[in-house]
This record gives sequence, structure tokens and C-alpha cells, in this order.
Amino acid sequence: MDWPILSLSIWVPIFAGVLVLCTGGDQNARLARWLALFGSIAAFLVTLPLYTHFNMMDGGFQFQEGHRWITSFNINYHLGVDGLAVPLIILTSFTTVIVVIAGWEVIEKRVAQYMAAFLIMSGLMIGVFAALDAILYYMFWEAMLIPMFLVIGIWGGPNRVYATIKFFLYTFIGSLLMLVAFIYLYHQSNSFELVDYYQLPLSFKAQILIFLAFFMAFAVKVPMWPVHTWLPDAHVEAPTGGSVVLAAIALKLGGYSFLRFAMPIAPDAAHYLSGFMITLSLIAVVYIALVALVQKDMKKLIAYSSISHMGFVTLGFFIFNPLGMEGAIVQMISHGFVSSAMFLSVGVLYDRMHSRQIADYGGVVNTMPTFAAFAVLFGMANAGLPGTSGFVGEFMVILGALQANFWFAFLASTTLILGAAYTLWMVKRVFYGEIGNAHVAALKDLNRREFFILSVLAVLVIGFGVYPHPITEMTHATVNNLLAHMAQSKLL
Amino acid sequence: MTDMQTIYLLIPLLPLVAATIVGLFGRMLPRAAAHWLTIAGVAGAFALSVVVFNDVLQGRVFNGTVYTWLTSGDTSFEVGFLIDRLTAVMMLVVTFVSLMVHVYTIGYMAEDPGYSRFFSYISLFTFSMLMLVMSNNFMQLFFGWEAVGLVSYLLIGFWYTRPTAIYANLKAFLVNRVGDFGFLLGIAMVLYFFGSLDYAAVFSIAPQFADATVSIIPNTEWSLLTVICILLFIGAMGKSAQVPLHVWLPDSMEGPTPISALIHAATMVTAGIFMVARMSPLFEMSTTALSTVMVIGAITALFMGFLGIIQNDIKRVVAYSTLSQLGYMTVALGASAYSVAIFHLMTHAFFKALLFLAAGSVIMGMHHDQDIRNMGGLRKYMKITWITSLIGSLALIGTPLLSGFYSKDSIIEAVKLSHIPGSGFAYFAVLAGVFVTAFYSFRMYFLVFHGKERWMEKTAHAHDHHDAHADDDHDEHHHGLGPHDKPHESPWVVTLPLIALAIPSLVIGYIAIGPMLFGNFFDGVIFVDTEAHPVMHELAHHFHGAGAMALHALTSLPFIFALAGVVLSWFFYMKRPDIPAAIQKRCGWLYRLMENKYGFDTFNEKVFAGGSRFLGGKLWGIGDVKWIDGYLVNGTARLIGRISGIIRHLQSGLIYHYAFAMIIGVFLLLSLFMKV
Repeated sequence: MDWPILSLSIWVPIFAGVLVLCTGGDQNARLARWLALFGSIAAFLVTLPLYTHFNMMDGGFQFQEGHRWITSFNINYHLGVDGLAVPLIILTSFTTVIVVIAGWEVIEKRVAQYMAAFLIMSGLMIGVFAALDAILYYMFWEAMLIPMFLVIGIWGGPNRVYATIKFFLYTFIGSLLMLVAFIYLYHQSNSFELVDYYQLPLSFKAQILIFLAFFMAFAVKVPMWPVHTWLPDAHVEAPTGGSVVLAAIALKLGGYSFLRFAMPIAPDAAHYLSGFMITLSLIAVVYIALVALVQKDMKKLIAYSSISHMGFVTLGFFIFNPLGMEGAIVQMISHGFVSSAMFLSVGVLYDRMHSRQIADYGGVVNTMPTFAAFAVLFGMANAGLPGTSGFVGEFMVILGALQANFWFAFLASTTLILGAAYTLWMVKRVFYGEIGNAHVAALKDLNRREFFILSVLAVLVIGFGVYPHPITEMTHATVNNLLAHMAQSKLL
Repeated sequence: MTDMQTIYLLIPLLPLVAATIVGLFGRMLPRAAAHWLTIAGVAGAFALSVVVFNDVLQGRVFNGTVYTWLTSGDTSFEVGFLIDRLTAVMMLVVTFVSLMVHVYTIGYMAEDPGYSRFFSYISLFTFSMLMLVMSNNFMQLFFGWEAVGLVSYLLIGFWYTRPTAIYANLKAFLVNRVGDFGFLLGIAMVLYFFGSLDYAAVFSIAPQFADATVSIIPNTEWSLLTVICILLFIGAMGKSAQVPLHVWLPDSMEGPTPISALIHAATMVTAGIFMVARMSPLFEMSTTALSTVMVIGAITALFMGFLGIIQNDIKRVVAYSTLSQLGYMTVALGASAYSVAIFHLMTHAFFKALLFLAAGSVIMGMHHDQDIRNMGGLRKYMKITWITSLIGSLALIGTPLLSGFYSKDSIIEAVKLSHIPGSGFAYFAVLAGVFVTAFYSFRMYFLVFHGKERWMEKTAHAHDHHDAHADDDHDEHHHGLGPHDKPHESPWVVTLPLIALAIPSLVIGYIAIGPMLFGNFFDGVIFVDTEAHPVMHELAHHFHGAGAMALHALTSLPFIFALAGVVLSWFFYMKRPDIPAAIQKRCGWLYRLMENKYGFDTFNEKVFAGGSRFLGGKLWGIGDVKWIDGYLVNGTARLIGRISGIIRHLQSGLIYHYAFAMIIGVFLLLSLFMKV
């Protein structure tokens, strides 16, 4: 295999995006759509060799590519992936296809620009997952904000300006501190190579400061409590596709980066601050679940549910055992499917009724039985029902958490009750009961396009619930490596 | 793969495949295809279960992995089967009752628009339940555990337009999740301390931890096995509806009657009993846990029985009866009489499924009126339903020679012999329970099948439901008989399962008690620490054959109590109906307490549901909106805005302002340097 798979994974969607942009105005909307579809499928296909040619036994970086870039600062175009990045990259390229199809006839204005934004964003996010050079990583990290900012700002809801600015400032301020950390590390090691940072001994104080700087950047992205309030606003205002990418992938950038940067670069600080991180995670799990319970807006509810589920990811990371960490990774992947499906489902309703308020619905099952079946399935996956992918990660993290402390597992397990409560209560109010009003009575069931994307996601949600082995098979060696690395002190 | 292994695999897969086909393509298939496909699947599973049962009778045990679910660290999670005699009994019961319910459904749901959906669900249930009982590890057990919960949720809410149904199914799911919360923690403890989730590995390593303690709350030491067993039992309390997690079961009667028989009487609700019996090697090591189990079971057995007395909805009477009988099984578990619990589970599955299906037949005959006060004298119109109901009721109250007698009497005897803390109370509860059971069972029986034909004059009680949530329930499912209608016997697809269930209700106890309780049937499957808990050992001494047991019982307390219950109910409801009415009037507070089901529902609704919503609202309104967004986020923005608003004035754009500032600046700098 001499193909630069990773470069292709990054640049094919970006190139396709630029091509789509070239179709110009909405008179060529049809062309833009088809071009975007082919582009996204091509971009998805080029990521597949990452799975088929992945060496499961190797916990290090594979598919590496290196080119000198800015020699004066020793900045390189260095790419490489391990068992943590590959599933997320494939998830990204897959989700982009879904988003393109989901936006097919729903988006009527500035079609080419919409499709292009997602394609370019997809490439940039894959760049984040693949970059092994700090500056390269930082550029991808910041660059992906721009298309997301545009997606919410242009195709978003009525309060989109507030939401976009909040989103941008929140994430941007955090990121600046990360840049400071990188510059400090450069001064210490004279390199922007991630691998060099892994070996770099650092004093305890330096580690704490570096960790906190990273924390500011990544915690906002995850998002962790209490820096989570941008997410519900962004979700509510974003178009369906934006919400899907936000939930399925953008949030994973934070979780991924904890494992890629914060924890291995400053392992002593990570251990020292693990109590703090676990506390924030558990607050996210319990507090946010309770908040989700009282939401009246479906998208807000799912957004809060996302934050609560992300609490499991950070909890899993900071209990430092294989079950927790692999569970957290599985949770990230699974959440990619489940939250996508949930937001797409809200999109299906929103496209028909232009309301996200739970109170505006009721008895949807009477007019949309097929859709209701999907919604119940995804709701159950969101509530962590065994047999769906939503169960796997939560189960593993709870088992792992108990090995750290009984009460961690106790608090985390409340999601069994609260997660079911907020999800199924929403399902009950929206789908069950007598037909709520004339608008609901006039609803039409899924069209072929909607049926297709929800079916694909349903197959994946059940598939990975019944057989999650392929995911953990990939992450296994990487997680072992990572845990072994973090078990060693890097103190000066 | 050997032939037997293929069979093991086929047993759960046949119903799953049928459920999937009917579920996905139900609307394209003719109605008959829906029931033929699923019946074929379940019948196949039943036939193969018989093969498996014969195989395990030869003494063979299978314990093997089907596939690796996932691996993490050194832990491997697998999907696999453990086929021993306990499993085989459960498989037979599940597939047989399920098959009967499938056939019955053809008649019961004949006019329902959700016909194929219903068949898909009950086949899916059969698959889930089989996965639960056939599991060889805790992970798959938990999968089956929650999967049956899912199907229960779907089926309770089957008539999704009814507000009571969709309230009940959400409630059932959430209450079960409370149980699962404990269950999952128990599983996590098992993995942490024993290093595996595989039954065989856990049971072999657990004795090394017999004296181990854990300190969950600092400075307190609890026995590890007690903690694990109680956590696991919390799961059983949810699924098997033990006080205080019983609240979902009466409401689950909102589901169609066939599933009340299958899920909420015969099989799913007994999953907790099965689980504890399966975990007997663990529970045997903790007398504290066994005491807890016994006391909880005793409370359920007696106090839920009381509630059966005041119910007027035919299904709710049977539901409370189920709760009470589940309590009996739990008491048996607490007394270390696991085999007796499984025995009662089996006999109960037959006669309670029979009673539910018979109740369904009555409901059909009454045109979907479920109020027993509107019935009476039905024996003339529904002969088969009448006779089979009588058999079911007699079996339930423990009439000698019938199946329920053998299992229930054994429970009472076992509790009598038990000496663990709480056994005194439990003995009193199960003995008193016998009277209560006989009383409410025959109250229902007399009111339904004997006496005046009250449907002519039913206006008085029409739609007088006791459940507050049922008040708005006036749709087509509850219209009842018109003044000139007559009840009618149900079609053969309904009566055939009644007869098929009546036969084991009559004879299974007599046949099975010897081998199951006192033979070596459960050797190597159920473990009893004979020295610490010698109950079964002593019970065996008193046993001299099934016939002798029945004969001996005629002079025993339980029989007298049961007889008294029947006679009193006859006297109250046939002879002097004014007396219960007078009692109801005199003891209003007691009646109200019971009518409110001891206030559990109100408490849960106010404290847990209301409390969470209140807390969630406050956390959102004060935490997120006011503090984080209001003060921190927007506050920061405002602060910056205000500061820059002030600083803005410096940049006035007037040259003389700038010139002045420069002069001041030069002056300050100069004076600073001059000083040095």
C-alpha cells in the first residue's frame, strides 16, 4: 500500500467541496447535489482501506505520511493514525454521506454552498484525527470551525446569530490556550512533533499548566459541564445536517484530543487531576440528565442528552483502566450513530411541521407508523438498551468505573433510569396517544430518502449492539499502549 | 458444531426470525401469514425444547460460547449458552406457554388492526426470554433481562392511543430500570471481584470470597457476597415485581390479555426468581441476603394479596394474585428452597396463564367489559371457560392433588422449617396468604360465573374504574354488553389453549414433585449449603410420595385456611352481599388505603417523578440559564462591553485630546527618568 490514504481521506472531500462550490448558484442545485453525493461517497470509500489494511496488533501510528513544511519552525505535514483515530475517521466520512442525503431536497437555498461546507468540514475534521504535528493539528482544529460557523449562521434558525457567536467564542477562546501550550512545548523540545512530546519529560507544574490549557480547549468541545451551554443553543439553531455533524463528530474532537494530547503529554497531571475530571463527568451525567428531563424543545433535549452521554466518555478516560477507556471510545462511536439518528428524526418532524416543541406533537405514530418504529428504536438506543450500540459503551464504562470506586459507578448508573426517563417520556409525548392536532393528522410517513438513511443507521445501531467486537478489536492495542504509557511518570 | 449445538442455536433463532419477518413485512403479508409464521417459529422452538429436555434428562450439560461479543483488556464478554436442567425446565415452560398464547391470540386479537405487529412482538419476546434463560453469563442475562423489558414496554403500550396504556408502559419501563440499576451494579461487582462474568467461573471462584468484606461507605465493612446478592436481588425485585418495585405490574394490565398471561404472569415476571435460583451458589453464602429476600417476598405475598380482594377489574384481580404468588416464590428462594421456587414458578406459569387467558375469554364474552360486578352466571354461557377457570382457581388456592397445591404447600413447609432471621414473619405471611388467596380467587370466581346475571342492570357500575388513570378510558375496548346481548363462548382457538393449560394445571404437580424437589433433578445446578440451610434436606424427610402428601394435607392448616377462604367468599358474595358492603362502609379508611394501593403510586409520582422534574427545572433555570449563561457567559460579554464602553471615550477622534494625552505622557516619562 503506497497510496497516501490519509492525505486522500482529507483532501478528497475538500477537493469535492471546492468542486461543488464551483457549480455556483441555485440554478445548478441538482448538479451540486449529485456532485456532493458522489464526492462524499468517494470520500467515504477512500477511508475504508484504513480499516481493511489496519494492523490490529500494532498499537502505534500506522499509514504515516511525512513531509517537511515550514522548516524554520520545524513544522511538518505529518499524518498517522492508530486504533483510536481510524474508527472516528470512518465515522466522519460516513456521516458526511448521511448529511448530504439528509439535506437533499430539504435545503433549497444556496445548495452548493451548503453541501460544500459539509464536504470541506469533513476533510478538516479527518485532518484533526490524522495530524501528528501540533501546528497541523491546530490548523485543522480551528479551520473546521469556519464551515460550522457558516452552516449555523446561514442555514440556521431565527436566533442563529447569538448561537454562532456563542459557539465560536466559546470554542475559540479555549483553543487559544491550547496554542500557548503548543508554543511552550515547542520551546521545551524544539519540535512540533506529537511523538516527541510523548517522550518529553516535564516538571509537575508545567504538566498541570499544560493539562489545564488543553482542558480549556477540549472540555469546551466535548462539552463538559460547566462549559457546555453553547451546545444546546448551537443545536437548536443549526439545520439538521449541522446538528448531526456537531453531535456525531465535532464533539468527538474533544474526547479524541484528550486521549491524543492532554493525557499522554501530561500523564502525571492527568492522574493528579483525575478526581476533578471524574467529578465534572459525573456532574454531566446526572445534572445534565435531570436538565434534559425538563426540556420542552426536542433538539434541546437531545443536545442535553448528548452532553450527558459525553460525560461517560470523559469518565471512562479518567478512571485509567482498559474497560473504561475502550468503553469511552465505543461510546463515542455509538453516540455518533445514535445522536445522528435522533437529530435526523427531529429533522423529519421539523421538515413537516416546522416546530421542535414537544407540545406541538402527540400521536405521531397514528400517521407515521414506520417513522415511529424508527424513533422508538433510536430512543431505546439513546436510553442504552442492550442489543443497541448505546448500551455497549455505557456498560463498559460502568463496569470500569466500579473498579475505580463504587460510587462512580453508582452515579453513572443513574443514567439507566434518567436516560430512559427523558428519552421515553419524549417519545411518549411526541409519538404516542391520540392524534394531537390537525397538523399531526396531516403528516405523511417517511419518504424513500428518509427511510433509507434511518434504515442504514438502524442497522448500524443494532449491528454494533449485537457485535461490537470490530470496534474494540481496533482500539485494543492502542488503548493498551496508551495506558502503559500513562502509567509511567514523565516528571523531570 | 454438533447436532445438539445447532438445536440450541435454533431454539431462540426460530422465534427471532419469525418476529423479524413479520415485524418488517407485516403490512405486506396477509394476516394469516403473520400468525402461521410466528406459530411455526414458536412451535419449532417448543419441539426442540422437548428434545433438549430429554437430552438433559440423560444427564448432559452444555456450557459453551457462541461468539465473542467484545474483548477489553483481559476481559472477554461472550454470548453463550448454558443448557442444564434448570434451563431446560424454563425453556419448556416459556415455549409451551408462548405457543398457547400465540394460538389464543388468533382469536383474541382477530379484529385488531395491529394483528401482525402483535405477533411480531410476542415472538420477539419469546426470543428474548429464551436468551435470558439460556445464557451462560451475566452480560447476556442482562441483555435478555432488558430485552424482555423492551417487549413488555411495547406490549403494555400496544394500544398506543390509550393514555392509560402509554402511562403504564413508561412506568413499567422506568420502574424496571430502577431494578436494573441495582442489577447492573451487582454485575459490575461480580466482574470486579471475581474477574469474570461467566457463571461457571464466578461460581467456582466465589467461595474464596466467602469472608471477604467491602467498605462501600468509609469505615463500614460489609460482607462482599451480601452486597453483591442484594444488588442482584434489586434487579429481581424490579422484574419480578416485589415490594416496593411492584407498582408497575398492576398497571401493566393495560396491555392486551394474551401478553398479561405470557409476560406478566407466566414468564417474564418470573425471570427474577429464575435468576436468584441460578445464582444459588452466591446467595447460599449470605444468610443476610437470604433473609432480605425472604422478608421482601413475604411482604409481597401477603400485602399484595390483600389488594386482590378489593379489585373489580377481572384482570387486576389476577394481577394482584400474580404479585402475591411471586412473593411466595421469593419466600421460597429466601428459605434456600430454590427448587421449590422453580417448581412453583412452573405450576404457576400453567395455572396463572390459564386464569389470565380465561379472564380474556370472559372479557371477549362480555364484549370487553372487564368489571366483575357486571358479570355473574356466566357458567351457563361459557362452559369451557367456566370449567377451566375453576380448575385454575382450585390449582391456585392449593387444592390437594392439583399442581398449585404441591408447589405452594412445599413453600409453606419449607418456610416453616427455615430458621434464618425473618422466617417467623414469613411463615405467618404465607399461611395467612393462603386464606387471602382463596378468598379473592373465589370472590372473583363466584362473581363471574355464579349468581345473578348482572350485565342487564350494569348501568350502576359501568366504567367505574378504580385506577385514577383509567377514568378517561371510554374507547372501543371497553364498551361491554348491551342490555339485550348475551355472553357467548369464545372460538376454539381460544378455548383450546385453555384446555391445554388446564391439563398441566391439574397434574403437573403430582408428577413432578417427587423428582424435582426430592430426586436428584437439580443436582449440580442448584446449590444448597445443607449445613447452614438444611430446609430441603429436612423437607425430604417428611415427604413420602405425592399421594401421601395430598392425604396428609387434608388435616393441615393451609388446607383449612383455603377452605375457609372459599366458604367465606361464597357466604359474602353469594349469600349475603350486604356484609362486604357494610364492612367497606365501616372501615372506610382501610378501604381507602387499599384502594390507593398503600400510597406507593402517589408517593412515587410526587417524590420521585415530581422531585426529578423539580430538580431538573431548578438545575436548568438556576444552574444553566441564570448562572452559567447569565452570569458567566453573557456576563463576561456584558463586562467586556461595559469596559470597552468606558475605554471607547478615550478614542474621541479629537486631535487636541490626543495631543493632551501625549503631553501628559511625555511629562510623566520624563519625570520618571529625571528621578533616577
